[in-house]
Amino acid sequence: MEQKTKINAENNKQEMRITREFELPVELLFKAYAEAELIEQWMGTKVLKLESKKHGSYQFETTDPKGNKHGFSGVIHEFIPNKKIIRTFEMENTPFGVQLEIHEFEKLTDDTSRINMHVIYESIEKRDQIMQLPFAQGLNMAHNRIQELLSKLKASQK
Amino acid sequence: MNLRRDVFQAIADPTRRAILLLVASQAMTAGAIASNFDTARPTVSKHLQILTECELLKQEQTGREIYYHLNPKKMKEVADFIEPFRQMWEARFNKLETIMKKYKHK
Repeated sequence: MEQKTKINAENNKQEMRITREFELPVELLFKAYAEAELIEQWMGTKVLKLESKKHGSYQFETTDPKGNKHGFSGVIHEFIPNKKIIRTFEMENTPFGVQLEIHEFEKLTDDTSRINMHVIYESIEKRDQIMQLPFAQGLNMAHNRIQELLSKLKASQK
Repeated sequence: MNLRRDVFQAIADPTRRAILLLVASQAMTAGAIASNFDTARPTVSKHLQILTECELLKQEQTGREIYYHLNPKKMKEVADFIEPFRQMWEARFNKLETIMKKYKHK
């Protein structure tokens, strides 16, 4: 299958670039970032607050399967419809710090568009930690599965 | 040469990730590993073969038994790599595209 999302993260740098082309007019791609109801759907998060304008701010909240709530928030520095959003992003109560996100929305044809994300982290170490998160979560899921298997096994031996 | 791809295929499977996690705590024989799973023994053997071929596991003979060890060097190489992160974004963007296509047709 074709890999549409491309990530460029050079070694020993505290930044990363993510690009992706969409079969969507740029207006629709931008809308997905600008409206709370749509963000809730594709990010799988609750939007507590979203002021889509310069000097605005936002707060998201997700609930994990165990019922723990995780907060994400930031402020919006630039908001140019169908072109650009610059904002900060922070996972609250984590050691990962604040990141600066520059989103550029690009029209390719009437029906296709591209997003260029440039993300700058507080340090090289923090960028590398964040990039490794999904793999750590994958291992955790496997761990839970082992726990399940082991408890099943124990139950069947009783 | 598609060794790199093979490594990521190896860790994409939940049973194989579970095996890696088991062996991470201590070296184990194939029998001991298999006893932790409901899966048929030959299936577990196949998983062990794949993990050994891509060097995530190493075999070591102790007496008559073969023990499987984790190869931390290879694990680090995989963990350092950005593929799982990229896949997370890919899934997120796929969802965005699907939702916005539906939105368009409303």
